[in-house]
Amino acid sequence: MPHTSAHSVGLVKPQVFHCAEPLALSCGKTLDQYTLMFESYGELNADASNAILICHALSGNHHAAGYHREGEKYPGWWDNAIGPGKPIDTDKFFVICCNNIGGCNGSTGPVSTNPDTGNVYGADFPLVTVRDWVNSQRQLMHHLGIQAWAAVTGGSLGGMQALQWSIDYPDELQHCICIASAPNLTAQNIAFNEVARQAITSDPDFCGGHYLLEGKRPASGLRLARMLGHITYLSDDAMGEKFGRKLQRDKIHYDYGSEFQVESYLRYQGDKFVDAFDANTYLLMTKALDYFDPASECDGGLSKALQATKAKYLVMSFTTDWRFQPNRSEEIVSALLDADKDVSYVEVESKSGHDAFLLDIPHYMDVFKAYLQRVEV
Amino acid sequence: MRNDLQIIADWIQQGSKVLDLGCGDGTLLEYLKREKSVSGYGIEIAPEAILGCTQRGVNVIKKDIDQGMSDFREQSFDYVVMSQSLQTMRNTDRALLDMLRIGKEGIISFPNMGYIRGRLQFALKGHMPVTKSLTHTWYETPNIHLCTIKDFENLCKELGIEILERIVVDSEHESRLGMKWFPNLLGKVALYRVRKL
Repeated sequence: MPHTSAHSVGLVKPQVFHCAEPLALSCGKTLDQYTLMFESYGELNADASNAILICHALSGNHHAAGYHREGEKYPGWWDNAIGPGKPIDTDKFFVICCNNIGGCNGSTGPVSTNPDTGNVYGADFPLVTVRDWVNSQRQLMHHLGIQAWAAVTGGSLGGMQALQWSIDYPDELQHCICIASAPNLTAQNIAFNEVARQAITSDPDFCGGHYLLEGKRPASGLRLARMLGHITYLSDDAMGEKFGRKLQRDKIHYDYGSEFQVESYLRYQGDKFVDAFDANTYLLMTKALDYFDPASECDGGLSKALQATKAKYLVMSFTTDWRFQPNRSEEIVSALLDADKDVSYVEVESKSGHDAFLLDIPHYMDVFKAYLQRVEV
Repeated sequence: MRNDLQIIADWIQQGSKVLDLGCGDGTLLEYLKREKSVSGYGIEIAPEAILGCTQRGVNVIKKDIDQGMSDFREQSFDYVVMSQSLQTMRNTDRALLDMLRIGKEGIISFPNMGYIRGRLQFALKGHMPVTKSLTHTWYETPNIHLCTIKDFENLCKELGIEILERIVVDSEHESRLGMKWFPNLLGKVALYRVRKL
């Protein structure tokens, strides 16, 4: 039983935090109240100094580790890193992960009811930014009786949140661990997001974003968006190794069925995603990625933006990640060096592309663990 | 701590800012941080060494020094240290100048190819020297730019680098009288503190 393993956080139950305080969003609108779905692992210590915030990426949610039910096949999305004796050691730390606002796993988002209309928000849900998420996470932090995080961490879009935390609330985190991330998206990255969005919005069942009201879902569009995304999360090498030109059936059939295994895999990934995810949330998350650019708010670039930070940083990247390339992480490191900050940077050898940040890669896990072992709580 | 690292540590002033190129497992920086309140970073490329630095709580940046050090601002460190790595650099002269661009002073140590045992091995036995401080055979050595004390000092002259201090030691990193008289012949490891003129 995997959930009874000594290194698993075991069975976990999502919790709900209702925030009655309005949240002013970057777009100018306000959420009068909202709900955050979250999970916690480990115990908060007496002086509340051992809390770590995990920030999820594009399609993630609050379920970062452990299992919801006995016999469940897959654990939470970052179970490789979270648990007793793992890098984010739940014997030492109190670990929090919440589903971000705009998500579709229980936190207030496009599938929630709009109190103004009594209908589901759908396309009317405001666009949110990484900064908005940080502000909502901060409300959760206060609700839990925590004044500052021992560390904030995440990969990809999650790394951006960690970075934003260190910029916006320099006194409220000791360590910022930013993994497989970037100081902003490149044009190519925004382009991938735009194709994904077009796939969704051009689906006839999208209904201008109000598909739920119409009893429909833009399934084929969302499926395409996910398939495209998935390609960019893997490396050429990883795909070659996993599938090569292996056939799905016994021989070539000269038809439009899945001839090659990679086609079948992508179709499966797309189908699985469509069952579990909301199209409006996907649109919104990709926009949050596009908008993230702390340096743009600061005359003088990224090192200026990081000048007032007080956290110690660990930045990690993966050699074959072409969606968030190592040189993007190095831009963050360069800016931190320029600003005279405590920073360590590790580029991890891996064949697995962007997905590597989720995987159990020994050097990655070893460094992550060694770093967090030295964090004083 | 190795004796040569101790010599380097003794040269470094309290509270200064140090960049350690090829910092290994971070022993020197950890010592400097603890004993001399030094701040700074180590640069490394080997995964085990990077892990060692992380375990010691030393700031380490994964980077190939041979790719240049344009990330660092001019004169942004009090000392740039390169201990036992000079001979592995592809562009030795450029690396030296780069060190002294970003650091006010440079501290360098390297194995002396002029050491008598190496000379004798080459002259009498006719093969590339393998000694206690140069343990690799010629075909697998990372030491691609070996030099003697004389070579190094000539290069410094050419590049306009002033030698502020020099210590020559044996393989136990002790300095003995003979080495003061005949450094290039009897010294196994040379340590220098330098700055750009």
